Amino acid sequence: MLEIKNLHVKLEEEDKQILKGVDLKVGEGEVHAIMGPNGSGKSTTSYVLSGRDGYEVTEGEVLLDGENILELEPEERAAAGLFLAFQYPVEIPGVGNMTFLRTAVNAQRKARGEEELSATDFLKEIRAKAKSLQIDAEMLKRPVNVGFSGGEKKRNEILQMAMLEPKLCILDETDSGLDVDAMKLVSEGVNALRDGKRSFIVITHYQRLLDHIKPDVVHIMSNGRIIKSGGPELALEVENNGYADLLAEVEQA
Amino acid sequence: MKRAELKQRKLDATSARVEGMTLPAGAAWAEALRQDALSRLLAMGLPQGRDEYWRWTRPDTLNADAPKPATVFDAKEAPVFSGIDRLKIVFVDGVFDAEASDALDGENLEIMRLSDALSADIHWVKDAYGVQEKKAQDPVERPFATLNTAFATDGVVIRATGKVAKPVSLIYLHRNETSDAILHHVIRVEEGADLTVLENGPAAARFNKVMEVEVSDKAAFHHVRAQGRDHERRAVTHVFATIGQEALFKSFTMTANGVLTRNEVVLDIQGDDSMAHVAGAALGDGDFHHDDTVFITHDAERCESRQVFKKVLRNGAKGVFQGKILVKAGAQKTDGYQISQGLLLDGDSQFLAKPELEIYADDVACSHGSTVGAIDDEALFYLRSRGVPTAEATDLLTLAFLAEAIEEIEDEAIAEDILHRLEGWLTRRRAG
Ligand SMILES: Nc1ncnc2c1ncn2[C@@H]1O[C@H](COP(=O)(O)OP(=O)(O)OP(=O)(O)O)[C@@H](O)[C@H]1O
Ligand SMILES: [Mg+2]
Repeated sequence: MLEIKNLHVKLEEEDKQILKGVDLKVGEGEVHAIMGPNGSGKSTTSYVLSGRDGYEVTEGEVLLDGENILELEPEERAAAGLFLAFQYPVEIPGVGNMTFLRTAVNAQRKARGEEELSATDFLKEIRAKAKSLQIDAEMLKRPVNVGFSGGEKKRNEILQMAMLEPKLCILDETDSGLDVDAMKLVSEGVNALRDGKRSFIVITHYQRLLDHIKPDVVHIMSNGRIIKSGGPELALEVENNGYADLLAEVEQA
Repeated sequence: MKRAELKQRKLDATSARVEGMTLPAGAAWAEALRQDALSRLLAMGLPQGRDEYWRWTRPDTLNADAPKPATVFDAKEAPVFSGIDRLKIVFVDGVFDAEASDALDGENLEIMRLSDALSADIHWVKDAYGVQEKKAQDPVERPFATLNTAFATDGVVIRATGKVAKPVSLIYLHRNETSDAILHHVIRVEEGADLTVLENGPAAARFNKVMEVEVSDKAAFHHVRAQGRDHERRAVTHVFATIGQEALFKSFTMTANGVLTRNEVVLDIQGDDSMAHVAGAALGDGDFHHDDTVFITHDAERCESRQVFKKVLRNGAKGVFQGKILVKAGAQKTDGYQISQGLLLDGDSQFLAKPELEIYADDVACSHGSTVGAIDDEALFYLRSRGVPTAEATDLLTLAFLAEAIEEIEDEAIAEDILHRLEGWLTRRRAG
C-alpha cells in the first residue's frame, strides 16, 4: 500500500532539515500508529505525503501502490486515495461545508473517470454519515470549520474521510481536543471504515485513542526519523515511561 | 499652474463640451430645472484628473465630446434575471423601446416615461427631479450627475403605493458601437410600500445614469443591478436616496468587465430606526477599472448602514473604493459598518481604498475595514488535499470572498441568479 523510503525533507525557505531518513511500510488493511515528542516531524511527514508547499524532498521516495506520489499535485494524490485529517483543520469563510464536500467528492470521481454523484444520492449519503458522527444539519450548512469547536472540527475531518472513502487515511492528532464521548464517536467512525483493505496511519500522543483504534504496528519518531517500531505494547510503554528511556536506548545503540 | 487658471480651464472645457448639446424640451417647470442644472454645471465644471474626488479614476473619456466606440458583446447564454417574473422596461442605446417593454402598469404601481412626466404636471415629480442631485453637491461636487439632470433624454418615473408584487426590471441593451446614453430615473416608494428595481445591461458605449429614490416612512426599496459584460463600455452612475423612518434601502451591484465604471451612491438617512445597505461585487481583467464611491449621511437616530464592497482583480485590473460615513450631531445610536476588499489574483492588479468616518454624535458604533490580498494558501491547500483541483479551488475561494456582498441580496432567486453569473465569469476565464 504505502512505502516511505529514506525520506529526507528540508524547509524550502531555510536551510533546516526536518526529516532525516524516514522509513515506513504500511500494508493493505493495516493500522500504524506514530508517536513521538513534539517537533519530531510527525506532522511534517503527513504534510509531505499530502503535497503541501514549503518543503523540499532532498532524498528518498514515497510509493502509494507502487507509484511515486511525490511528483503528483495534492489533488492528484487525493484522487489516488490519500487522505489527511489535519491536526489543525482550516477555516474557510464563505464556503459552505456541504458545497465543499460535494465539490471534493465529485472532483475526485471525475479525476478517476467515475460518474459524479447525483445531488440526491450525495445528500442521502452525507446525512447518514453525518448522523453517525453526530454532526447536525446546521453544521453542514455552515462555512467550512468556521466557528466550529475544536472537537467539531475533528469530527468534520472524519466526516470528510468517510465521504471520500480513501485508500490510505492519515490522522494527525485527531484525538487532541476531543472529550471522552467524542473520542469514542470518532474512533467508531474510523473503525467503521476498516474493511480489511483500507490502511491507516494514526498520529497521536496518547495511548487512549489506541484503545479504540487498535494498531497493528506502533512507531516512535524522534528528530526526523523512526527510531523504533513494535506492537501495541510500545504505546503502553510510552504512556507509562515517556520517551526518555527509548531515546537513551537509541543513542546507545 | 495657479488654481484660478486651472479652474478657468476646467470651465472652458465644460462650456465646450456642452456647446453642441441641447436641453430637452418639456413643461416650463422642467425646462427651468434643466436650465438651473446647466448653470450649476457651468459654474462647477466637469471633473479633471487633478480633482481630489477623481484622483484614482480618470474622467477624461467621460468628458470627451464623443464616446470611444465599444464593441457589442455577444453573450451566449440568456441575460441575467431572465428567469425572474418581472415587469420589463427596455431601453436600446438609451432610448425607451415600447414594443420590447411590458405595459407600464401594475398593482400599486405608477410608471411613466421621463419625457412624458417632465411634460406633464405631476406634483411629486416636480418636487423630485434633480432635487436630490442638487442637494448632494455639498460637500462634494458630482458634476456628471448635474450634467445628467440637465440633459437626460430618457428614463422612467416610478411611484409605488403599496407592495409591488413583481420587480420592475430596467433592461439596457447596447446595439450601437458609438452610442452615448443619458438616463434619469425618479422613484418614490410611498409610506408602507415595497418595491424592487432590477437593472441590467451595458446600455451604451458611454452611459451616464442617475437614479433618485425616495424611500418614505416604513417603506422598503430593493435594488439589484448587473452592469453588463461589454468590456469596452464606460459608465458613470449615481444613485441618490433619502430614507425615511423605519424604512429599508438595499442596493447591490454586480460588475463583470468594463474599462471604466464609476458608481456613486449617496444616501441620506433622515428618519429614525431605518436601515440602508449598499453592496457591490466586481470582477475584472486587464484594463478593467472599477470605482465605487459612496457617501452615507446619518441624520437620524438608531439607524444602521452597511457598505460591503468586494473586487476581484486579475491581470492588471484596477479597483477603487471611496466610502464615507457621516454621522451628524443628533444621529445617536448609529450603527455604521463599512468593508472594502480587493482580491488580487495576480501581482499586476491594484486595489485602492479610501475609507472615511466623520462623526459628530457621541453614542455611535461605527467600524470600517479595508483589506487587499491574494487567495489564502492554507485554504487553497486544504481544498486541494480533498481533491479539488487548483483552478476550481481558486474559484470556490473567490466566490467565498464575494459571498458577504452577495448575501446582501434579500431575494433568494435573484441572489442565486447573480451567483451563477459570477460562477460563469470565473469558469469562462478558466476555459479561456
Ligand atoms: N514551516 C516551518 N517553518 C519552520 N519550522 C518548521 C516548519 N514546519 C515544521 N517546522 C519545524 O519542524 C519540526 C517538526 O515539526 P512537526 O510539526 O512535524 O512536528 P510534530 O512531530 O508534528 O510535533 P507535534 O507533536 O507538536 O505536533 C519542528 O521543529 C517545527 O518547528
Ligand atoms: Mg504535529
